[in-house]
Amino acid sequence: MEMLRRMLALLAGDPQADRAVPPTGFTARLTLMSAAAMALLAVFALAMSLATGRLADRWSEELARTSTLRISAPADQMQGQTVAAVELLRTTPGVAEARPLTAEEQRALLEPWFGPDLPVETLPIPQLIEIIEEGDGYDPAGLRARLQAEVPGAILDDHGRWREPLVQAAGRLRLLAWVSMGLIALTTAAMITLAANAALSANAQVIRVMRLVGARDVYIARAFVRRFTLRALIGATAGTVLGMLAVLALPSTDVAGGFLTGLGFQGWHWLLPLTIPPLAALVSFFATRQAALRSLGEQS
Amino acid sequence: MIELDEVAYSYGGGELFSSVSLSLAPGTFHFLTGPSGAGKTTLLKLCYGELKATAGQVRLFGQDTRDLARDEVAQLRRRVGVVHQDCQFLDHLPVAENIAMPLTVSGREGTPEDLEALLGWVGLRCQAGQLPPELSGGERQRAALARAVIMSPDVILADEPTGNVDWDMSQRLLTLLIELNRMGKTVLIATHDLGLIRAAKSQVEARVLRLKDRRIQAAGANL
Repeated sequence: MEMLRRMLALLAGDPQADRAVPPTGFTARLTLMSAAAMALLAVFALAMSLATGRLADRWSEELARTSTLRISAPADQMQGQTVAAVELLRTTPGVAEARPLTAEEQRALLEPWFGPDLPVETLPIPQLIEIIEEGDGYDPAGLRARLQAEVPGAILDDHGRWREPLVQAAGRLRLLAWVSMGLIALTTAAMITLAANAALSANAQVIRVMRLVGARDVYIARAFVRRFTLRALIGATAGTVLGMLAVLALPSTDVAGGFLTGLGFQGWHWLLPLTIPPLAALVSFFATRQAALRSLGEQS
Repeated sequence: MIELDEVAYSYGGGELFSSVSLSLAPGTFHFLTGPSGAGKTTLLKLCYGELKATAGQVRLFGQDTRDLARDEVAQLRRRVGVVHQDCQFLDHLPVAENIAMPLTVSGREGTPEDLEALLGWVGLRCQAGQLPPELSGGERQRAALARAVIMSPDVILADEPTGNVDWDMSQRLLTLLIELNRMGKTVLIATHDLGLIRAAKSQVEARVLRLKDRRIQAAGANL
């Protein structure tokens, strides 16, 4: 709370004190540009983190509740085996619904590889049955044994084989996005520290004069800290706005084929990037303050 | 006010001076003289806490400067007005703002009338809005003097205040410093200008100290 009060007082500023430090073009541009670039990257990292989070949730929730039965049989037996399999599934505890995919649904599944208007009816492709589970789900070993006895052409795929690695991969992507955001914050702090040190070195004479007239280190530091915090805030705001516009301009889920459930923000998640500029200002505040006090200590 | 007790200062392996003792009592007027390189500027810096003695004790308003943190020294420095030979201004700020800088950094607010009066006292009313690089040597020295006294300090330390000005201007500056002393301020002027010292002695009771051969000694009547 005290720190927040000090930050607000800092942003309100002391115009007289600010004037004591002359504006330096190089460090001003460096701070503005690096804050803008880092905020832009942070928006993308945040979007990626949220998208992979949604992906992991969807895969883990939806795929955990479904499985697929594939029936490979000669054309004249296909219909019979499909009906038998559906009947068997309906009487299996833990199965809520068993539904053979329609020709249109199977065509849609194959469309990415074979293109539109594939005559699936004339091709020897297996019939797929979607199984939706309920409660604790079914017993896969028992169901496989029954299928082997009653529907010899049926192969049960409970998705367990590939669901786990996918969920794990999505989780790691999310972790990677968070690590990226941490690195972005550290890089921002490093760049601003560098710029602040350059400004302090360039203004050694100003510091000498201010000390001569009785300025305390915190007073001198404050003039630099306020300037750098405001620059980081302005730069990060510009970068965040650009980043959000870029995310807004990304193709929609449908156009992109639903591969990553949409990389953009959804719903209230659009508010999250708005936290980036104040966070950048906070990082800048601490980085500059640390750099200023250390540098002033060394210059004494 | 300021006391030096058996003070020594060394740098780069060499000893600039040693066993220097000095006491600046309230309301006194001192000259510090000696050849170039004798350490006059260094001694002044020790007096306002910019440098720390390598041996001995420097007491600023009763406080040992060795025990003071930087911020405490800054606090005490507000009671000491310093006039440098090279003046040291913030060149991007107008003269008036430079003069008011000690008030700004201490969070005190001076009235425009007080500042106006001070500018008038040093004869810089017309130059208030100019930048320091636009001033002549004498104007810069007077501006530095105005900045040194704006906080109404107890002590005024001046390092070669007449080093870059002609005789008339040096007399004018001297008059201002004597006026301050008559107002009760303690004044210490480091100078190698013996003419200035002679001129002052006819107007004020001044003690002259000489830094020579790494020691400080009271100068006699041979000035």
